Amino acid sequence: MNRKKLQKLTDTLTKNCKHFNKFEVSCLIKLFYNLVGDVAERPGAVVGLDRNAFRNILYVTFGMTDDMIMDRVFRGFDKDNDGCVNVSEWVNGLSLFLRGSLEEKMRYCFEVFDLNGDGFISKEEMFHMLKNSLLKQPSEEDPDEGIKDLVETTLKKMDHDHDGKLSFADYEKAVREETLLLEAFGPCLPDPKSQMEFEAQVFKDPNEFSDM
Amino acid sequence: MCYVLVKPHGVESWCITCSAEGVFLNGGKTDAGDEINYERKSAIYKDIVTFLREKSVIFSENMSKHATKFKEQQQMEKDQHDKALKKEETATFHKTASGSGKSTLEKNQINFVKNQMTRRLEPSLNWKTTLDFKSHRSSVKDSQQEKHGGKFEKVRSSASHGRAQLSSKSADKIEEISSENSSESEEDEEPADHRQEVNVDLPSEYWQIQKLVKYLKGGNQTATVIVLCLMKDFNLVHETCQLAIRDVGGLEVLINLLDTNEIKCKIGSLKILKEISHNPQIRRNIVDLRGLPVIVNILDSPYKILKCLAAETIANVAKFRRARQAVRQHGGITRLVALLDYTQHASQPAYSSLYETTDVEVARCGALALWSCSKSYANKEAIRKAGGIPLLAQLLKTSHENTLIPVVGTLQECASEENYRAAIKAERIIESLVKNLSSENEQLQEHCAMAIYQCAEDEETRDLVRLHGGLKPLASLLNNTDNKERLAAVTGAIWKCSISRENVSKFREYQAIETLVGLLTDQPEEVLINVVGAIGECCQDYENRVIVRKCGGIQHLVNLLVGINQALLVNVTKAVGACAVEPESMVIIDRLDGVRLLWSLLKNPHSDVKASAAWALCPCIKNAKDAGEMVRSFVGGLELVVNLLKSDNKEVLASICAVITNIAKDQENLAVITDHGVVPLLSKLTNTNNEKLRRHLAEAISHCCMWGRNKVTFGEHKAVAPLVRYLKSSDTSVHRATAQALYQLSEDANNCITMHENGAVKLLLDMVGSPDQDLQEAAAGCISNIRRLALATEKARYT
Repeated sequence: MNRKKLQKLTDTLTKNCKHFNKFEVSCLIKLFYNLVGDVAERPGAVVGLDRNAFRNILYVTFGMTDDMIMDRVFRGFDKDNDGCVNVSEWVNGLSLFLRGSLEEKMRYCFEVFDLNGDGFISKEEMFHMLKNSLLKQPSEEDPDEGIKDLVETTLKKMDHDHDGKLSFADYEKAVREETLLLEAFGPCLPDPKSQMEFEAQVFKDPNEFSDM
Repeated sequence: MCYVLVKPHGVESWCITCSAEGVFLNGGKTDAGDEINYERKSAIYKDIVTFLREKSVIFSENMSKHATKFKEQQQMEKDQHDKALKKEETATFHKTASGSGKSTLEKNQINFVKNQMTRRLEPSLNWKTTLDFKSHRSSVKDSQQEKHGGKFEKVRSSASHGRAQLSSKSADKIEEISSENSSESEEDEEPADHRQEVNVDLPSEYWQIQKLVKYLKGGNQTATVIVLCLMKDFNLVHETCQLAIRDVGGLEVLINLLDTNEIKCKIGSLKILKEISHNPQIRRNIVDLRGLPVIVNILDSPYKILKCLAAETIANVAKFRRARQAVRQHGGITRLVALLDYTQHASQPAYSSLYETTDVEVARCGALALWSCSKSYANKEAIRKAGGIPLLAQLLKTSHENTLIPVVGTLQECASEENYRAAIKAERIIESLVKNLSSENEQLQEHCAMAIYQCAEDEETRDLVRLHGGLKPLASLLNNTDNKERLAAVTGAIWKCSISRENVSKFREYQAIETLVGLLTDQPEEVLINVVGAIGECCQDYENRVIVRKCGGIQHLVNLLVGINQALLVNVTKAVGACAVEPESMVIIDRLDGVRLLWSLLKNPHSDVKASAAWALCPCIKNAKDAGEMVRSFVGGLELVVNLLKSDNKEVLASICAVITNIAKDQENLAVITDHGVVPLLSKLTNTNNEKLRRHLAEAISHCCMWGRNKVTFGEHKAVAPLVRYLKSSDTSVHRATAQALYQLSEDANNCITMHENGAVKLLLDMVGSPDQDLQEAAAGCISNIRRLALATEKARYT
């Protein structure tokens, strides 16, 4: 991409982006194109990171390992749902991912956890997300007993309007009371250490960063 | 197993269960009144005494007070008990055989409780002995005696701890002696570690918590965080929940989580540990599980919220000696002091806002932890060495009450050490303390006053308090008598500030003297000690003595002469002595039998009380009407005083010499004490380097010379030569007293020779030119006597 185009893109994206300045945006753009690799620009073709490439980044850079969650994160980034994260989605997604306010992150996490997108996190969805989070006791009759119980208890705690599922209002209230519940059903945000390393690397010297 | 109804002072009754496992609170009587709800409602204690000591403040206070009386009472009641046991044995033997023993035992136990709450109950043992009473009666008596004896030792030691704690705040001397123990709470006596019985009916929370801990052990990070949040929802202030977590191995899991790299788990775990470590047993368990080094390491974390949580947890855990030691040994003090430096934190990069908090909050948590840790002497030193004082001074300038309280609290703890006082002056801390006296927050006021009390040992500080306008708020706080802790701190500060006369004038201006006299009644001991101390200092001024008399203060002071609190007695005697300087006041004191009370305090077991009473007696004897006869009226009084010359304590000796000086002014009394052997006893004391003793001893000797052969006897008992050495002292008052004594002694020829041989003449010659008139006269008189003898000897030679 030539310099002028880059400049224009940077300006456009910075305008819409809440948490990055111009320099940071340009770094992220460069990183994006680096990751995407050499792709000829064809009209109509969307340049971007597909699901696998994106998940790879999540794994390598941010140490995320939960497949289901990573998938949901991809969906969260891919706002236009075209199976590809373009540069704009990349910058905006990272803006929230790395530096979002509590409100923004709550919205984002809720959408990640709301697997069917119906505006509620249901018991089944919770179970689905947590089903591998407890060591299964071989001696137990029902190996999922522990998870079921945990899901029940969690729902009881967070379901303030007692409708058997978590609305955004329920979830928000719970998180405001206890911030640790933000990523209650899975790690969908980067941990501070990897975030710090990422930012240090990417925003330090745009010409120097190593293979991500 | 038995059930006991305990009616403690000031609280409603407790129903307790006494079992082989221990003693605990049960559910009490049901509405029907006949049945008892057997469910366990409290932790298990080793025995009833421990239970009562933990649950009732008044009981534990009374325990410490009555420890000395305990043994006599114990013996007496043991005899009663044995008699009762004999009677009951025959009756119960039959009853137990028929199977209704439980109710009888219950009755027995309730009777015991009524008589002596301090007796340990051994229902099962009694049960056995009633069955085999013929063969085991004697052995039971012995083992019971042993048991009681053993228990008594333990009670004694904790009582003396308690005593030290009670008086450590106000009596300087006691503070010095037990500085290691000062403000160490009685929690140092490690409570029995009780596991909850699984058989007893446990509340549902117990099982829920057990389940959660199981999930903790087997969960990944996501599940762990959820479980930690759920666990925090339980009422963690409740002992049942606290112990539930511990009993199912939850503490180990929580501590292990702290060792991981997972920040959310650490946060969740610390939030729980912070709450449950309010429980004394849990604190100990945490230390035993080597949790403290792990928590201290977290203080290094770059995430402020972790620093805060770790510091707050340490603040709760470090409430007993072993924990404080562990914090220091693992480098905790240096790290905590580093937290106080809140300007430095601003430069660190900001990480995710979820893990952040304000710098002031970090400093506040650090101060909280240091406050707990600072109760140990070694930690006070460590804080100072780590540069804590300038940082604390800086924090004092904030206006956040929540930060100020632990900061002042720490300063107040540390200010008992002299090293600190210099630094405190240097950092202009007094100014901040005075400013915060006017805060609305009562706890803050209390701690500021305490800090001032500690620091005002030092003269410059006393001046600083006045210069920064601290005396007025202190005086006005005297009018709020509801908050007793604050009142004790305020009166303490006023006491120490009153050591400086300019401050006393100010206090008079603010009419504090009248208020202080008003506080002489109906106040707890901690307050009284300080009030009386303050009055004692203030009465060094004539105007205040008048005020105290006019307010009827003398009556109250004399009434306090009959107490047993050592620190209070020291202060009361001093105050009474100060008042006795006025002949008008002396009339009142005498009328109220004050002199006799002071005299009987000479028999008090504590040396500082003896000495203080003796000092007070001096103005009494000096200013009383018919002093000589008054003194004679105390049966055995003169003998008592003379015998006190055998004491080891220098202060006692000096004060008794002063009393003797005053007694000896009356010829008849002088004759009596001579009969009691005062001359040899005084002579024996002359080999001393203690200036205070030297002075009063010389004065006593010079007065005692004025009867019969005493001058000669002093010489015979080799008192003269040591006295000559006193002339080499650097203290003028010693010179004066010695010269006067030597003058008296020089009327005997042998003494002159001794003086001459010891080089007295040259020393005395130097003093003839002294500006002190009495010294001049005495020195001159003595020299002239010596010369006269020399001349006479010369003459005799030539005739």
